[in-house]
Amino acid sequence: MRPFGYQRAASTRAAVEAVGAGDGAVFLGGGTNLVDLMRLGVATPHTLVDVTRIAPATIEETAGGGLLVGGGVRNGELAAHPLVRRRYPVLSQAVLAGASGQIRNMATVGGNLLQRTRCSYFQDVTKPCNKRQPGSGCPAREGDHRNLAIIGHSESCVATQPSDMAVALAALGATVHVEGPGGPRAVPMPGLHRLPGDQPQRDTVLGPGDLITAVELPPLPLAARSRYRKVRDRASFSFAVVSVAAALEVAGGVVRDCRIALGAVAHVPWRAETAEAALRGAEATEAEFTRAAELELAGARPLPGNAYKVPLARNLLVRVLTDLAEAP
Amino acid sequence: MTVTGARVTGSALDRVDGPEKVTGRARYAYEHRPRDVAYAVPVQAAIARGEVVDVDVDAVLQWPGVIAAMWHGNAPRLAPSAAAELAVLQSRQVAYRGQYVAVVVAETYEQACEAARLLRVQYEERPHDVALRVDHPGMYRPDHVNPDYPTDSSLGDPEAALASAAVVVDATYATPAEHHNPMEPHAAVAVWEEGGLTVHDSTQGASGLRATIAPLFGMPPDRVRIVSPYVGGGFGSKGKAHPHVVLAALAAKQVGRPVKLAVTRQQMFAVTGYRTPTVQRVRLGADGDGRLVAITHEAFEQTSTISEFAEQTTVATRMMYAAPHRHTSHRLVRLDVPTPTWMRAPGEAPGMFALESAMDELAVACGVDPVELRVRNDPERDPESGLPFSSRNLVACLREGARRFGWHERDPRPGIRRRGRVLVGTGVASSTYPAYRVASRASARAEPDGRFTVRIAAADIGTGARTVLTQLAADALAVPPERVRVEVGDSALPKASTAGGSMGTASWGTAVVRACEALMDELARHGGAVPPPGLSAEADTAQEVRGQRKLARHAYGAQFAEVGVDVDTGEVRVLRLLGVFAAGRILNPKTARSQFIGGMTMGMSMALLEESVLDREFGDYLNHDLAQYHLATCADVRDIEAAWVEEDDPDLNPMGSKGIGEIGIVGTAAAIASAVHHATGVRVRDLPIRLDKLVG
Ligand SMILES: Cc1cc2nc3c(=O)[nH]c(=O)nc-3n(C[C@H](O)[C@H](O)[C@H](O)COP(=O)(O)OP(=O)(O)OC[C@H]3O[C@@H](n4cnc5c(N)ncnc54)[C@H](O)[C@@H]3O)c2cc1C
Ligand code: SF4
Repeated sequence: MRPFGYQRAASTRAAVEAVGAGDGAVFLGGGTNLVDLMRLGVATPHTLVDVTRIAPATIEETAGGGLLVGGGVRNGELAAHPLVRRRYPVLSQAVLAGASGQIRNMATVGGNLLQRTRCSYFQDVTKPCNKRQPGSGCPAREGDHRNLAIIGHSESCVATQPSDMAVALAALGATVHVEGPGGPRAVPMPGLHRLPGDQPQRDTVLGPGDLITAVELPPLPLAARSRYRKVRDRASFSFAVVSVAAALEVAGGVVRDCRIALGAVAHVPWRAETAEAALRGAEATEAEFTRAAELELAGARPLPGNAYKVPLARNLLVRVLTDLAEAP
Repeated sequence: MTVTGARVTGSALDRVDGPEKVTGRARYAYEHRPRDVAYAVPVQAAIARGEVVDVDVDAVLQWPGVIAAMWHGNAPRLAPSAAAELAVLQSRQVAYRGQYVAVVVAETYEQACEAARLLRVQYEERPHDVALRVDHPGMYRPDHVNPDYPTDSSLGDPEAALASAAVVVDATYATPAEHHNPMEPHAAVAVWEEGGLTVHDSTQGASGLRATIAPLFGMPPDRVRIVSPYVGGGFGSKGKAHPHVVLAALAAKQVGRPVKLAVTRQQMFAVTGYRTPTVQRVRLGADGDGRLVAITHEAFEQTSTISEFAEQTTVATRMMYAAPHRHTSHRLVRLDVPTPTWMRAPGEAPGMFALESAMDELAVACGVDPVELRVRNDPERDPESGLPFSSRNLVACLREGARRFGWHERDPRPGIRRRGRVLVGTGVASSTYPAYRVASRASARAEPDGRFTVRIAAADIGTGARTVLTQLAADALAVPPERVRVEVGDSALPKASTAGGSMGTASWGTAVVRACEALMDELARHGGAVPPPGLSAEADTAQEVRGQRKLARHAYGAQFAEVGVDVDTGEVRVLRLLGVFAAGRILNPKTARSQFIGGMTMGMSMALLEESVLDREFGDYLNHDLAQYHLATCADVRDIEAAWVEEDDPDLNPMGSKGIGEIGIVGTAAAIASAVHHATGVRVRDLPIRLDKLVG
């Protein structure tokens, strides 16, 4: 590991300035992803600016009935919070489906959203990778991509965004509050993460020095009836193969409203807007759910090694919606 | 030793080293910190084949803390006889990606890591070939397979028998490369003192390692000492000397200081062995009732270009079932890949997946119950050697397992049982492992204060060997176990066999019992009193082992699995796993249970999860960490049970025991694969059985 400095930011401003200078300082949350990448030589910051004491670690109710979750809140606390569990079960379930208890207790909300892809090539500095070293190539296309993207990928990168939490936040339409060198701003979810295009090195729309200070959950009554389901190779402690976050409101057998996002299929948490539009006003039946899922996935362009994800995503989507529709 | 008089053997004695381990007093290899120690970090080849042209040593020597950087161009020479895999830095050739090409030594670990990262190595790369395929032109017939079995075997006319058989199963199975991934990664601390070498290593065999390492440095074995009292698992990956031990010793010699070297989890995927991938064709011919007339089993496997390891994949097939016409074979291809090695039940683990899956296919084809099919084909004698079995209780295991599992209620039709959105099915497979025993030595010593010390260069790699040897010694000495101290894990102790082949307890136990018996004779000669300097006795079991009757000695078992397969996602979860074993006398039910369920858990992991993914472009195993290489987690193991049937076999050893370290992994994957078929109607013949093979 390359020698590096460590400092605890005294204030949000100081942190933003330290990192915004663009000379190799980065924010440090729980370190559960960043420090691993430093050990692997993938990340080589010269200074870590610890923001766990300044990014607020509180969860507060907003005026409209939403919640404001501090960027420094630990994943474990977020999942366990009574209001999160009651109003946004999908979010609590998504967080609990990720990593392990130990990691969730260290990991922060800000860090979770900005964790990097688990593509094997990205994590191995002896190999080319456009995301790690722009222009060097993407060996995953010809090599191992069993768990990479089926939709929205580009010639230059087929990686997936690995966070479970982000999928729930994309479905809920959360707002990410950012404090940057140019002042504060709000970034909507989805919208924080970006598709790879020809700049796969950029995972998100944030720039150097942009600090995630909070995530705001909108008031959303239909989210009380929401669920996250994650498919994975083993029963725990593994990243999603495909996941679905969904909220559904049914009245008189008809879908009044819904929110759907897919995880582990794209470079972003994939908000299924096509399926949502197809379902609003449709009958809440398995046949309609299947039709909507197929419409959504019509744009999928799987690679030879991950074609199974298309029927998997369809089945999972149909199942989650059916379960939600049938739930008492 | 008379088994009937035993008081401690057979009881569930707690691990004698448990308190040391849980309090952290037990020191593992890397935790040794000799004075003035320096840290070595190896550099691995970034190409799969070619040559190292140059290494820019001078640049890293400028870095803070760096003491030395070595490669072929400046490393001390080892004895020319050194086997290629261990001839570290002795040539410019790169035989596989990840092979050691250089090492950096620094004052701190972090400095050494950084210098190793920055060290510039120039290669001349040549095209590589890393893909195992059955029709590879390089396929050849090795002289023998591990450890010294004939490569092929034939009896009768299997082709003709298959051609005329009423029912034929002809199927090809595949198992992927798998890595052992013991909890404690490999590590070595090398110290040169007065011309001799001491290595604190994490090894399954201190005596064997010493015998390998000493000649590399041109020394007699007694100038080398391997110390390894605690080992955090091995599964075969610590059975043989691996190049990091040589590298640590070489580096320590070069810098004139003790050197510590830790192999990282990532590095382990290239340099500490793995299980070869296999492709296996099995053909079974039977009459309409499922009585076998022919069995053929052909295996195709890989090894590296610098060392041959030929896994004995089809050897168990030679004695599992009766059939007049039979054939087994092994073919190997040398690829530009790391060298494979023993991994828990080498041969049986992949081979029995294929054979037992084929037996299940035969059961379906004949409409015979899979338990009954195996009972029907149980042989009287070893079908190929004609030798009598010392004991064989496969049928008892199948019957007892069927009873406990509730097998008789099973409806054989596949794909018809659903609980909610989950398809449920059950499967069974036989299990087996040879009961080996080899020569070892041990000493026993009595002190005037009533305490005893037993010494043997055995290895307790987490199995509980130290505990069981304590029990055996206590009974042989007729004292409570608290008065016996067993010392293991040091090549300075009486020479013993490696912890492998499930033969530790049989081999070491014989030596310990004999040494204690000799000490008791000594004591009797002294009128039962221990004179002030104490009394000692030794034993060497070479003659006893050589003189044992020629018999077919094997342990057997039956594995039963119930699985649930999600109809939407294809996710397979094992709902129940039961193993019933006939493995001679069980010496400690607590440690035995751990071995059985540990093996079964690993078998479940093999069935559903484990796969080292080879990257064709780069030639390495890609998923080289525990986030990517999936092992079963606690959540995957829901209901697991091991049981055993009484087995009295006087033809084994003084304890009447068979090995139990490996049998638990054998057959598990076939039982699970058969259960998946029963649940879904889909027969998965290539492991692991992941959801992508079932979702649709
Ligand atoms: C073995 C393992 C298994 C895992 N499994 C899962 C899983 O199944 N599902 C899942 O979703 N995740 C999983 N994770 C990932 C885990 O969720 C992330 O590592 C964690 O959420 C990152 O949070 P952190 O606070 O530790 O981030 P850090 O590692 O501290 O930082 C991550 C990135 O975010 C930046 N950053 C941190 N805080 C801020 C901030 N406030 N503003 C701006 N930038 C910031 C850092 O500079 C860095 O680039 C797993 C991790 C491991 C190690
Ligand atoms: S998919 Fe993206 S992250 Fe993976 S190798 Fe290609 S460019 Fe790199």
